[in-house]
Amino acid sequence: MKPAAAVVFATAVLGATAIAAEIPLADRKSGYEYMGRETRAMQDDDTANPGMLWVLDGEALWNRKEGAAAKSCADCHGDARASMKGVAARYPAFSTERGRPVNLEQRINICRAEQQQSTPLPFESKELLALAAYVGRQSRGMPIEIADDERTKPFLQAGRELFTQRQGQLNLSCAQCHDDNWGQKLAGAVIPQGHPTGYPLYRLEWQALGSLQRRLRNCLFGMRAVSYPSGAPEYVDLELYLMWRARGMPIETPAVRP
Amino acid sequence: MTGSRPSPTKSSADGCGALVYAVALAAVIASFADDARTQEQLRPYTVVGDAIPQSLTGAKGDVERGRNIVVNRQVGLCLLCHSGPFPEEKFQGTLAPDLKGTGARWSEGQLRLRIVDASRLNPGTIMPPYYRMDGLTRVAPAFQGKPVLTAEQIEDVVAYLATLRNE
Ligand code: HEC
Ligand code: HEC
Repeated sequence: MKPAAAVVFATAVLGATAIAAEIPLADRKSGYEYMGRETRAMQDDDTANPGMLWVLDGEALWNRKEGAAAKSCADCHGDARASMKGVAARYPAFSTERGRPVNLEQRINICRAEQQQSTPLPFESKELLALAAYVGRQSRGMPIEIADDERTKPFLQAGRELFTQRQGQLNLSCAQCHDDNWGQKLAGAVIPQGHPTGYPLYRLEWQALGSLQRRLRNCLFGMRAVSYPSGAPEYVDLELYLMWRARGMPIETPAVRP
Repeated sequence: MTGSRPSPTKSSADGCGALVYAVALAAVIASFADDARTQEQLRPYTVVGDAIPQSLTGAKGDVERGRNIVVNRQVGLCLLCHSGPFPEEKFQGTLAPDLKGTGARWSEGQLRLRIVDASRLNPGTIMPPYYRMDGLTRVAPAFQGKPVLTAEQIEDVVAYLATLRNE
């Protein structure tokens, strides 16, 4: 029995969560490290990385005037290469408007609504993915740095609880795969540590760019658990915890995964 | 370790149960009725030591059907985690012991309990409970109110695993 098992048992009565052993900071590995040589090469070479097509679209959207205000992102933020550097590395971040952390896609939609006076872009839409990929690209190589302050803490804690909670018909938690069994094979797939460093990313299986929430929905589906609606606070809390768990690791957006 | 699992608290498993109870008596009755209905679908069984000695169906399972269930990634899901003597199956898991020789290591009763609810033996196990519905949280609608495998399927799997006698 792993030490975590005793904790699981003690709290199982309450249907509550267990804190599994977190991965020591020095042992953390991006999903990139489990990929074959060719897939890595695809991610590393901008001319071969399909995610760059979305980044280019995002650049065009960044400069396009939108909404009743007829303003572009660039009208407020100028050159994204300077103004957006490091931004994706600190999201989800606390939004005073919302009273809770919001992720990058939600932040983009807040700007659309309030600054451009336009309608929000749907989650997983080509435009929102493109803008998120373009903004994310400006942080490539920069270390993840999540604010661990008093306002954010309760949401971080909620995310950690979701991560360690058993759920679905198969009664599994995220932590049982990604903290306790990373590196093992689940059928043909190596279980990665589950770091959010590359999103939005191009997944060969999707033949498209997809968000972190799409990835989490896939894992929940595998666990035979209810998935949350797009943009649900639960996803953002999980995302926040995953980013904190990956603190210090470099952003890879737009990454490639099998 | 026998019968040490806490009694089922299905209706509150998703954390909303308490609220339902507080809201109205009618809701309480409804949720009990619900419980009764779900429990009815699972056949009762008796755990003796670390085994369920009696067949869940009263009959012996079918070896060939059992093998098909074990290798099927949508039905048994076993090969997600386990490997075993299945030369035709390319992708097998490494999260759990190899299934070869399980029939030599365990009696049919012991195998039955391990598949029905492995958490009775190891509360921290990742092996899913194949014939338990209480104490689960946030089960996807398509899978609510049913165990992962039916009693018949469990008996087929037990019958098949019992034939795996070579290490
Ligand atoms: C039964 C094992 C299992 C469980 C449970 C599980 N995952 Fe995963 N997860 C995987 C596998 C395997 C992959 C690799 C992708 C693939 O090939 O499907 C993955 C991929 C990921 C990734 C992408 C990592 C990357 O490099 O891009 C993230 C993030 C992730 N999981 C988070 C979670 C979260 C959060 C939960 C719980 C809600 C969870 N997982 C539950 C097995 C699991
Ligand atoms: C998500 C992972 C997972 C799945 C799916 C799974 N198992 Fe297991 N199983 C385990 C683990 C891990 C163990 C090791 C003991 C423990 O942790 O309780 C185990 C133990 C066993 C054992 C005892 C093995 C021994 O030699 O000690 C048997 C038999 C078994 N499993 C059969 C099955 C069968 C049959 C299926 C499918 C119907 C299945 N398992 C599905 C993870 C899994």
